[in-house]
Amino acid sequence: MQTAYKKYFRDNLPHIWCPGCGNGIVMGAFARAIEMLDYDKDEVLVVSGIGCSSRITGYLDFNTLHTAHGRALAFATGAKVAEPRLKTFVIMGDGDAAAIGGNHFIHACRRNIDITTIIINNNIYGMTGGQFSPLTPKGRKATTAPYGNIDRSFDIVDLSKGAGATYIARGDVFHAFRLSYLIAEAARHKGFSVVEAVSTCPISYGRHNKFKGAADMVNYLKKRTIALNRASRMNPEALEGKIITGIFYESEDEEYCDAFERLEASVKKGARK
Amino acid sequence: MTKAKKPKLLQGNIACAMGAIKAGATFFGGYPITPSTEIAEYMAAQLPKAGGRFMQMEDEIASIGAIIGASCVGHKSFTATSGPGFSLMQELIGYACNAEIPIVIANVMRSGPSTGLPTLPAAQDVMQARWGTHGDHSIIAISPYSVKETYIQTIKAFNLAEKYRTPVIILMDEKIGHLREGFDVSDDEIPEIIQRKRTLDKENYIPYENTPSMVPEFIPLGCGARYHITGLTHNEKGFYTQKSDEVEKFLFRIYDKIEKNKEDICEYEMFEMDDAEVVIVSYGSVARSAKEAVSKLRASNVKAGLIRLITLWPFNDTLIYEKCHGKKLVLMPEMNLGQLSLEVERAIKDTPFYSLHGAKADLIDPKVMADKVISLLKERGEV
Ligand SMILES: Cc1ncc(C[n+]2csc(CCOP(=O)(O)OP(=O)(O)O)c2C)c(N)n1
Ligand code: SF4
Repeated sequence: MQTAYKKYFRDNLPHIWCPGCGNGIVMGAFARAIEMLDYDKDEVLVVSGIGCSSRITGYLDFNTLHTAHGRALAFATGAKVAEPRLKTFVIMGDGDAAAIGGNHFIHACRRNIDITTIIINNNIYGMTGGQFSPLTPKGRKATTAPYGNIDRSFDIVDLSKGAGATYIARGDVFHAFRLSYLIAEAARHKGFSVVEAVSTCPISYGRHNKFKGAADMVNYLKKRTIALNRASRMNPEALEGKIITGIFYESEDEEYCDAFERLEASVKKGARK
Repeated sequence: MTKAKKPKLLQGNIACAMGAIKAGATFFGGYPITPSTEIAEYMAAQLPKAGGRFMQMEDEIASIGAIIGASCVGHKSFTATSGPGFSLMQELIGYACNAEIPIVIANVMRSGPSTGLPTLPAAQDVMQARWGTHGDHSIIAISPYSVKETYIQTIKAFNLAEKYRTPVIILMDEKIGHLREGFDVSDDEIPEIIQRKRTLDKENYIPYENTPSMVPEFIPLGCGARYHITGLTHNEKGFYTQKSDEVEKFLFRIYDKIEKNKEDICEYEMFEMDDAEVVIVSYGSVARSAKEAVSKLRASNVKAGLIRLITLWPFNDTLIYEKCHGKKLVLMPEMNLGQLSLEVERAIKDTPFYSLHGAKADLIDPKVMADKVISLLKERGEV
């Protein structure tokens, strides 16, 4: 299996990530998803922002665009609208997607452009050394929240739903194969799809929050995650503190590049009249 | 000589948008802002007919991000904005410099700072265009002074962006943007349209190869070469490097490819300069007043001439030195508190210089310029 998706990497390892970081697991899950989808590598465009997670684009052997902090979706939108044939993926950190890039994120959801977005949620700003993000749970510690975070956090699923995404899923790095499946399904979906990949940052998050190490964090995910179909049969008290995973939402609406084609056809028709 | 169009009145902003389409722009991403909005509106109406796509983005950061994205996959891309929006774009202008992605930005300057005077002209973003994004870099900025020139120079802006793989800024001001005047362009006045130099050799593609031309050849992302574009400092293959020799080579290359090609890039107009003893240096709408000031001065027996800069950045210091050094007086009127004046003063060395500021959010009256020249000459005992 390892070698089956080796072809998706550029062979420029070692990577920059700390031992036990979840980013590599998401990268592996992504490569496996492409294998499931059987996409031609030349047709895949992967766009990322700035952060530990966004370095993924440097290692993957696709057309890759490493942009600026928070702006991956803006770049990807321009590229996709200009060249709709490209199978476009965006990979971002939670800070990238929900803080500095939050505006681009909700508007990409709203437009329903056919981009598959993977938000690697490690609950922290990893690259800059552990400041709290909009996904850091209340009460958790960060270098800029040494007494505990008082900010409320986003729920990416709810945020995406409210903003109009037409496919929304959450997976995690303990269930890496399941994550591949969610990414592949998201890519098959026509429209804007969001996959939140709950990940681990043992160095910038775990250390400040009483996790004993990388394995402890992964075990935490193992214990805390619960599949949506099971969760739906449980009462709210039992779900307290759980991380629910699965496909939360899928709907059909006109895709943005299709809307362009429709507009162009009507403009041409108007011109002929 | 065939006439392309019957003489008609046209607004500067529309001429800019028409120039972009003529140059082959196929993607526009923008956000409305006075006094540039007509450009976006024209693009929204006309780009779909010309086979391109218009997007109204959620803000100016998204606008410039989207046009860089579209350019990465091979499209000539364009945005238009004014002061506050131009401020928001700064970070990604640097991205386009660093990753060498051609884009064109029209900044129709209004009076600032902050929201300032949205409907009134200024030339207060000249230094921002040069230095607004962080880090050492060079930039190309063009300032047209008429509606027709706006059209022609917009086409040239795309050509330069493509040729040098760099962002090009069209610095119009509100007066030029909203000016309506005769627009009569013959086919042979339209510049030849240039595309960035491409290679077909996908297998051996080195995306940021150091070559004597200093401008790497291009394969659009998504056309079989599978390479990496980043805003990190990168080696020839496009990947992050912090090796000092690679870093230095890279920084000098993206700087020199512009600064060492001033002769190719820089345009200007000389007016009454043959026997001039007093020189006015000017650009944009103020140069219109400056022309009249020169005529006024000539009528008063002052041998005045005008150097009208069309290209502001890279700054043509050699030209300014050669034409101004040793003259009785050099006057630079600007609709700001003296921005490009700093460059001119530096270039002309010890030649008497006066920077005439325009802070009234209006054109500078030719009479004010002419009177200033005469009073300065009197002070110096030159008349
Ligand atoms: C405009 C801008 N502001 C701030 C930064 C500094 N910075 C780089 S990465 C980062 C946060 C990264 O956190 P996240 O997006 O969650 O990704 P992670 O590193 O955790 O994968 C910040 C604040 C930047 N590069 N650009
Ligand atoms: S700081 Fe955290 S997210 Fe970044 S590489 Fe280390 S473990 Fe991974």
